[in-house]
Amino acid sequence: MKTIRIGNGCGFWGDSVDAPIRLAQRGKLDYLTLEYLAELTMSILALQKQRDPAAGFAGDFLDVLQRLAPTLGQQPKLKIITNAGGMNPLACAQRAREILQKAGLARRIAIVSGDDLLPQLDELVPTHPFTNLDTGAALQSIRPRVVSANAYLGAKPIADALAQGADIVITGRVADASLTVGPAMHEFGWKWDDWDRLSAVSVAGHLIECGAQVCGGLWCRWREVGDWSDIGYPFVDLADDGTFTISSDAGPGVTRETLIEQLLYEVGDPARYLTPDVVADFTSVALEPADARTMHVAAARGTSATDTYKVSIAYRDGYMASGTLTIAGPDAVAKARLCGATLLKRIGHAFARSNVECLGAGACAPGLQPAADAARLAEVVLRVSVHDPDKTKVERFAKEFAPLVTSGPPGVTGYTTGRPQVREVFAYWPALIEKSVVQAKVEVLA
Amino acid sequence: MSERIRLSDIAHGRSGDKGNHANIAVISYTHAGYEWLRTFLTEESVAKYFAPMQPSRVERFEAPNVWGLNFVLHDVLAGGASRSLRIDTQGKTLALTLLQMEIDRPANLEEMIVMKEVLS
Repeated sequence: MKTIRIGNGCGFWGDSVDAPIRLAQRGKLDYLTLEYLAELTMSILALQKQRDPAAGFAGDFLDVLQRLAPTLGQQPKLKIITNAGGMNPLACAQRAREILQKAGLARRIAIVSGDDLLPQLDELVPTHPFTNLDTGAALQSIRPRVVSANAYLGAKPIADALAQGADIVITGRVADASLTVGPAMHEFGWKWDDWDRLSAVSVAGHLIECGAQVCGGLWCRWREVGDWSDIGYPFVDLADDGTFTISSDAGPGVTRETLIEQLLYEVGDPARYLTPDVVADFTSVALEPADARTMHVAAARGTSATDTYKVSIAYRDGYMASGTLTIAGPDAVAKARLCGATLLKRIGHAFARSNVECLGAGACAPGLQPAADAARLAEVVLRVSVHDPDKTKVERFAKEFAPLVTSGPPGVTGYTTGRPQVREVFAYWPALIEKSVVQAKVEVLA
Repeated sequence: MSERIRLSDIAHGRSGDKGNHANIAVISYTHAGYEWLRTFLTEESVAKYFAPMQPSRVERFEAPNVWGLNFVLHDVLAGGASRSLRIDTQGKTLALTLLQMEIDRPANLEEMIVMKEVLS
């Protein structure tokens, strides 16, 4: 039975730039996927493109491609699927082509676009309200502040690009799992209503989309990982019958525990995992160990995809800054709380929102750690954060940390990294759009 | 006299976000452990445990094929990844917090713990 191997060397923008190189060198892959776009990455890329029409994509991909070039030379059949195109797949592809040409590599590059709904947003709003999926609010309330609106496209345009002979497919916003589904559909020629196979390969895509998280990263039994410096990145061997095995190129491999932790990661209802391609039922899959570092996954079931795409909208929502100071000695928590309150009081004006945390005293789950435990601590990090529509107010806040080193209680230190940075906030607005009004586009670079 | 153990003695897990909601998966090491989780780790008990973080609602989903439960804690991330003022904007640590929950030692605890060499 035919099998294809797809590996994912990047789980988010900021992930290891060595991992994709190692995975390509060691993994004997047919396809390398690279995932760069978190929910709010698109808003940052949209603003970059506004400032510079040649920007707006995940620049890390070009570094990776540059360093991958020798490996691509040795592996002429290795194909790459990435959403690094962000808000500007064409510019990304043009830069990628330059890199490949300089390396003497002839590769066909295709781009997938059509996910960017901002140009047609006002045209669409009267008939498609983009109601906020969480709050039920109508988009009109924040429309003037919208900076990006992208539909999560599915696997079809990726499969189409591969059918047109592409070696490298660079997309804008597509669902993460679809980066894996696309090549599978192309290779096996499954029908687009073969929901069980679409579900199986979506499970595979979901498992590898976060990189090392399925093969040792975040594993509760972390002491057993061994050499963390080469933890390994995952790949799947997909078979024509919709079953697959999953393993990794180094580290502890994929075990029942690492697999299940990732299977249920951020899924909401595991019986109805919605992608643009299928509604996958994660509660149907059967797991068996294939060897000590490889798991076999079978029996995935799925049902028909919905008639909508998810849309991720980002809008301007004021300014934020966070700063820290380290507070040591007896009564560290009491002193930290005092410093936090003092800092906010000295500024003399209120903020839309503010928060004082004592890192080390249970700040990750506020209120759950007994106060008596916190009172015993001899060292904590004070972290103060504010959010306000007025940028000047937030800038004023950033200047109020250093004075506490001389005008606060004893034991205040750790002010060496400069003033906190003021950053613009882009809030997240999830919505749906009918698939029929979104036109995915595939273009092969000449 | 009932002895207390921690949830982490019989289960592992992982957590993350979806907008302003936290997702916490809890997975037992054995089938007996899953039966215990299904019976005792309810929406109510998890909501009570996380009460200081004021979830507006707790939903529980079952994945019996992998001995897993997935909890969605609504509105506990103080705005979510983009606008939360907290250090853990995405609830990445909440699974470890839940696994620290103290529970009464089940009578059949031995059936819920897997020795290392038996693990696949």
